Amino acid sequence: MSIDGRYPMRTIRFIIQKEFLQIFRNRLMLAFILLAPVIQLVILAYAATFEIRNIDLFVVDQDKSPESRALIDRFSASENFRIIGYSDVESAGDHALLSNDAVMILNLPPHTGRNLVRDGRAPVSLRLDAVDGFSANIASQYFLQIIQSHNEELGSMQWKADSPAHIGITVSRWYNPELNYQSYMVPGILVLLITVIGGFLSGMNVVREKEIGTIEQLNVTPISKTQFIIGKLTPFMILALVMFSFGLLLARFWFEVPFEGSLGLIYLIAATYLLVVLGLGLLVSTITHTQQQAIFITWFVFVIFILLSGLFTPIDSMPDWAQYLTWANPIAWFIDIIRRVMLTGADLRDIWVSYFVLMTYGILLIGAAIARYRKSAA
Amino acid sequence: MTVTVKNLTKNYGEIKALKGVSFDVASGELFGLIGPDGAGKTTLFRILTSLLLQDDGEAKVHGFDVVADYREIRKIIGYMPGRFSLYQDLTVEENLNFFATIFNTTVEENYQLIRDIYHQIAPFKTRRAGDLSGGMKQKLALSCALIHKPEILILDEPTTGVDAVSRREFWDMLARLRASGLTILVSTPYMDEASRCDRVALMDRGKILSINTPAGISDEFSRPLYAVKADRRYQLLKTLRSYPYTRSVFTFGELAHYTDSRDDFDPEMLRSHLEQEGLRDVRVELINPGVEDTLISLMTTESESIVDGNKFGKSGE
Repeated sequence: MSIDGRYPMRTIRFIIQKEFLQIFRNRLMLAFILLAPVIQLVILAYAATFEIRNIDLFVVDQDKSPESRALIDRFSASENFRIIGYSDVESAGDHALLSNDAVMILNLPPHTGRNLVRDGRAPVSLRLDAVDGFSANIASQYFLQIIQSHNEELGSMQWKADSPAHIGITVSRWYNPELNYQSYMVPGILVLLITVIGGFLSGMNVVREKEIGTIEQLNVTPISKTQFIIGKLTPFMILALVMFSFGLLLARFWFEVPFEGSLGLIYLIAATYLLVVLGLGLLVSTITHTQQQAIFITWFVFVIFILLSGLFTPIDSMPDWAQYLTWANPIAWFIDIIRRVMLTGADLRDIWVSYFVLMTYGILLIGAAIARYRKSAA
Repeated sequence: MTVTVKNLTKNYGEIKALKGVSFDVASGELFGLIGPDGAGKTTLFRILTSLLLQDDGEAKVHGFDVVADYREIRKIIGYMPGRFSLYQDLTVEENLNFFATIFNTTVEENYQLIRDIYHQIAPFKTRRAGDLSGGMKQKLALSCALIHKPEILILDEPTTGVDAVSRREFWDMLARLRASGLTILVSTPYMDEASRCDRVALMDRGKILSINTPAGISDEFSRPLYAVKADRRYQLLKTLRSYPYTRSVFTFGELAHYTDSRDDFDPEMLRSHLEQEGLRDVRVELINPGVEDTLISLMTTESESIVDGNKFGKSGE
């Protein structure tokens, strides 16, 4: 309520006005807020890739037959592998692995070629450095792919499998036919950016008023809790949406991510999602007293949400309990929705469940922030 | 009565910040709350401004209960916290405008209230509040607290950390505001500012020791007070403290303020005693007690110990 409850919107407007005055006064921060997403998006989208190139492969060819050479040629022709050395001694391979020169050893034992010709099958072995389990897994997939395509030509060579399966698989990649990694990552990274900026800015702002003591002066005014929270929320909502727009432009024209869905829907979802993020930031700010505390708590929550968001590791491969946790993870919901809308052209009918969940979180968090914000202390 | 406080108590865990404080402030009065740091002045003001909830007792401002009618309270008080609480990154003008607008008024509408004060900082109106000097910050804070035309002004140690000239100016401004009919509640650790109030309450460790006019407070000092001086201050204090007839003694700058426990005390007796103890240039003079003497003497009675008056370290200019 305003002073007589007559002009509640006016008071909110004045708070928003004041916030923008402060935001625009802090030029360095403003430049950072606007530039950071662009820089991060470019860096992250190029760097955070699942695709692995130039896997260092050491080849131990104890056979030296035409057949073994044919297989090795396949690896050297692949962009995924880089052959860093050959030997005919098995221990040389171990040495390369132990000294960290190679991450993978392909071992072709003696008589590989002869066995292949005579029995129609020949075992080869692969050893790899699996310290980074995730990369190791992908690398072994590539390895299998090469062996498999080689098999298809030979119809014979085996890699530790018993029956020569000859099921022809045709893969058709929907929505992302070239398996363009950036089309998949960029929307997700965009989500992270507005999450971090939105969540931290809103939280820090209120706590800063506490630290500096200005909240004391505000609290003795007739500003109501709701006005205060809405007044704090709106500027950062606008700022985050501006940032989001920057990111979208970059996604569309630089990364050429397809925009299948409606732009209006994308903004509707982003605004709803920002309610959640800003609400969380404000809630944290109401229970903390210093910016340090607020940063710690916000960071803690966000790191968990981000890691379990499905951006870097697929949710389907998480243990059951972690998959249940993603229900409570707004970032996971938003990444899921935005990918579906941008890449598959989903409309509101397709995503209404996720949208409803986001909306519910937003309302709950903002409500909690308003309820928790105390103008007087006990 | 504009402000009525009844038996207010507030504890922070083990610490008893207020131990049953009661007083009244009449409409249009300039009421001072005087006491050392930790006396409970800020706690009391935070309760009166509805920023803090008391544990027990009740307080009313303009007939509104500070707990039940806090919304009304926030419309009618102007509060200046002890710490500078305006937006340092906003300019003088922007701060003033902001506080006017959130009270649904404008600077123009109430300009006559702050004209005297504001015209002094008006030349710097485009300067950021954070870049103002201490005295100017106080003037801006006072302007912001007044801009919505409050019924009562509550100022928490407004002159702490402000230079002597600005302090005097500040009190002159308060006097003018009081003359315009505003009720003012002000706290200060400076004893010499007591004389600028209509009435003062002496406060120490969560209790009000005495409420009176500044002159009345000095009159409460029941025994003749002597200022004692000698060549060696420390030796003088030591000797006085071990003197069997000493009722109270505390340092007061260069002097020792002394009261004697005998009714037929003659200052000459003390002078000869001190000289016998080897002190030189001894002077003993009867003086009029000030508010500080009363406060220290009241505090001394409370705690049954001899208090070092210099502990305040803030005995004026």
